[in-house]
Amino acid sequence: MNSRRLAVIAGLLTLCAIATPAFAQGAVPEKFRWLTFLVFGIIISITMFVTYIAAKRVKTASDFYVAGGGVSGLQNGWAIAGDYLSAASFLGIAGLISLYGYDGFMYSVGWLVAYITVLLVIAEPCRNIGKYTLSDILAYRNDPKKVRVVGAISTITVSTFYLTAQMVGGGVLVKTLIGIDYEISVIVVGILMLGYVLFGGMVATTWVQIIKAILLVTASILLVMFVWTPYGFSLPGFLTAVVGDAKVQAQVAALLGDAAKNMTPEQLGQRFLEPGLYLKNPIDQISLGMALVLGTAGMPHILMRFFTVPTAQDARKSVIWAMAIIGGFYVLTLFLGMGAAMNVGPANIRAVDPGGNMAGPLLAQWVGGGADSMLGNLFLAFVAAVAFATIVAVVAGLVLAAASAMAHDLYVGVIREGHVTPQEQVKAARVATVIVGAMAITIGIAAKGQNVAHLVALAFAVASSANFPCVLLTLFWKKCNTGGIVLGMIVGTLTAIGLVLVSPNMTYPLAITTAAQKVVDGAALAKPKLEADLAIAADDAAKAKVAKAIAALDKNVAGAQANLTKFKGQTTSLVGLETPWFSLRNPGLYSIPLGFLAVIIGSLLYRDKRALDMWDELYVRQNTGILAAKAAAH
Amino acid sequence: MAEMTQVNWKAIDEDPRFQQLHRKKTLFLWGLMVFSMVYYFLLPIGAAYFQNLFIIKVWGPVNVGILFALSQFIVAWGLAWYYSHHANAVFDSEAAAIVQDVEKKLGGRK
Repeated sequence: MNSRRLAVIAGLLTLCAIATPAFAQGAVPEKFRWLTFLVFGIIISITMFVTYIAAKRVKTASDFYVAGGGVSGLQNGWAIAGDYLSAASFLGIAGLISLYGYDGFMYSVGWLVAYITVLLVIAEPCRNIGKYTLSDILAYRNDPKKVRVVGAISTITVSTFYLTAQMVGGGVLVKTLIGIDYEISVIVVGILMLGYVLFGGMVATTWVQIIKAILLVTASILLVMFVWTPYGFSLPGFLTAVVGDAKVQAQVAALLGDAAKNMTPEQLGQRFLEPGLYLKNPIDQISLGMALVLGTAGMPHILMRFFTVPTAQDARKSVIWAMAIIGGFYVLTLFLGMGAAMNVGPANIRAVDPGGNMAGPLLAQWVGGGADSMLGNLFLAFVAAVAFATIVAVVAGLVLAAASAMAHDLYVGVIREGHVTPQEQVKAARVATVIVGAMAITIGIAAKGQNVAHLVALAFAVASSANFPCVLLTLFWKKCNTGGIVLGMIVGTLTAIGLVLVSPNMTYPLAITTAAQKVVDGAALAKPKLEADLAIAADDAAKAKVAKAIAALDKNVAGAQANLTKFKGQTTSLVGLETPWFSLRNPGLYSIPLGFLAVIIGSLLYRDKRALDMWDELYVRQNTGILAAKAAAH
Repeated sequence: MAEMTQVNWKAIDEDPRFQQLHRKKTLFLWGLMVFSMVYYFLLPIGAAYFQNLFIIKVWGPVNVGILFALSQFIVAWGLAWYYSHHANAVFDSEAAAIVQDVEKKLGGRK
């Protein structure tokens, strides 16, 4: 065991050595890069040490999957926050607020409200009924083999979508921050995560998530203190400064285009605090909101966290803590995002990353004294390290969830029908972890350059349309049975994926090439006129203005031509459509009701005496927690 | 496994105390659930269809929209606190009483 751990550490050091010369340009200036590595090194060392301690405690399958059920409510609350606040939510939402103001903040609300569903109907019953996986809950009164197969497939599907988004997002993030090659950062993230999960199982994963959540919250509070103190911690005072800022007003003017022509600077600034700069389709928003508030409760890696606490009361306590931390964090992002907009400026944020993901890190750099200061780069390094720890912590939770479905549900439950020794169980868990980890790295590298943002929405869509109806109805509806679970899982998953495949999320070459052709044709007409203007321009200022317009035109044409070559000969999307067949980006509005309907119809059409006979036991158990400890041991 | 077969689940389910707990809990949980959903979806609906209301300034540049978005956090926390307070005070003790009886019947074996 010890030599194996040494081998992993040696491997990591080699990777770091390979990584050193592979720099491109990042947000951290060259001469301060050592600082970033120092902070990264310290944080990685701490998590490695925790894993080393944890590894000694991981002996049984229960230790590996759920930390032996010995995590306290407070610890689990922090771990849930660490598991949930992915890089997308922590960098992404601050970024959205810095670029689009109010809409970014509105977007963050659903991520917290989701926990009300978890608290009210999922956390406690699942603790009382479940053991290691989502399928354990489904298998309680339904045909174990059948529901384990569909439950495991859905768990692996959801986890893989989410995992891919995290790996690709993480790779891009590390590259943007410190300029390490994409492939190398994916491999480093993958191997680190494998190290934690393989040796330390859920014990190490829990602690990595707790450490990450504490770092994230500390960094955010410090940054907010810095940006809010000058205004005496007054909300109107702070926002008055934001709306009065010329950079913010310029951003709103750019977003509104022609509509901004008759607006005063004051009106432009105030517009930043009003809805509609980013989220244009309310039906899509409601659809996404449904997937968020119901899907979180169906996320396998979140459900799994409730098996790590000893009682339903601890499960309740962990959600309360998680809500306090997650909600508090999102309130802080309002100040982080607005502070970045005012101090760094939306244009500068976009220059580093068009999606705005660098708003938080750049704000940290500004707070410390800017791009040329030691302190500024130390702060930036700290935030970058938190971002890195975030990716590793979230990925570890996802890999553990997928591996448990593979090993505990498919291998032990279905293939071996439960006839395995405790040693074999732990071995199966570790083998599955390596398989899922290798898969994550491979997919991460293969998906380089792909737009994976919609995969997060897709993961939530499948979780809310398949997992959530199945878990909810098996817990609360007497007539629910195997037929309903199987049909619900299949219909929910396929509808969610199918609707996304025909939605505007996909790439439609025909639309892109048509638009590009229009740009090229338009430029061909406009350019001679501009060139004529240049020739007759009266003074240098007018000349410069026309020259600038020509340069902008040329840039547009170059971009359009790149698209024309990229999609040459293609007219249809991945599934053979010329235009989206379904108009919403988020399928939840349709796929969630369909998922519920499928569980109901499937249950009514299927006869399953066991599901009905076991109802009394399941319902009493989930409400009282009678013999819950025994359930964990059976 | 032996202990489980001795528990008469049907009897507990039919126990009036359990039935009462079940009724109270169902009403309470689904009431809170519906309230939280309605309150949450008022935010995207309001931002899209009641913009004139959302942009009214009430406190310096702070408008109704910002206060409503902030209130979502307060309401979510409030609901969570209210649920946990109620569950700790009412549901837990009622469930504990039922559990105690069952464990007594099992002959003190836990």
